[in-house]
Amino acid sequence: MTYVKVKLLLAKLPKGEIVDITLLRGEPLENVPRSAAEDGHRIVEIREATDPCHVVIEKG
Amino acid sequence: MEKKKLSLIVFSGDFDRAVAAFTLATGAAAVNWEVNLFFTFWGLNLIKKNKGHAAIGKGILARFFNFLLGGRNNVPLSRMNFLGASPRLMTGMMRSKNVATLEELVSAAHELKVNFVACEMAMNILGITRSDLIDEVREVIGVPTFLKLSQDAQVLFI
Repeated sequence: MTYVKVKLLLAKLPKGEIVDITLLRGEPLENVPRSAAEDGHRIVEIREATDPCHVVIEKG
Repeated sequence: MEKKKLSLIVFSGDFDRAVAAFTLATGAAAVNWEVNLFFTFWGLNLIKKNKGHAAIGKGILARFFNFLLGGRNNVPLSRMNFLGASPRLMTGMMRSKNVATLEELVSAAHELKVNFVACEMAMNILGITRSDLIDEVREVIGVPTFLKLSQDAQVLFI
């Protein structure tokens, strides 16, 4: 469901807008950047040191 | 590249099974699979326009059944329903863990263009008409059409 929420959020944004997503480690952190990149969005940064982790995505 | 397909037969009208069905549907749709949700028998309760108890349907028995079954607001937990309290408790637990609730999942499924179809035979038995179902239901179909829709799809029965 994490990527579902991310996908629906990104769908509402204009191209080039940047969002900072907080994620749990494990499946969400593995799945969200990969799926976002496959959908044509740019992964700006992944911060794994924090808890929860952050993934910064630019809408493609 | 051809899209992957998933067809889910939503037979159960249980809350937890509905959450499972919609979680699978939205998860697959989010990664660009083509997804069909085929609502049949008790699954029809999830897509009734009237989410509460309403005596809809043709005939006394149909109206009796539909009133008792209710709509999406009344779907029971498959175990430990505690006279209907459990779905509400479970929804609270889901919210507290930031997990999407059943309503959020249904809404997400619509936004992700999951294909909602309803079973003609089950609707006939329960005396339900197209106008008793939510507008998002694309079509009322039978087995042959479902099989055609699900060609090359992974099919799951819930």
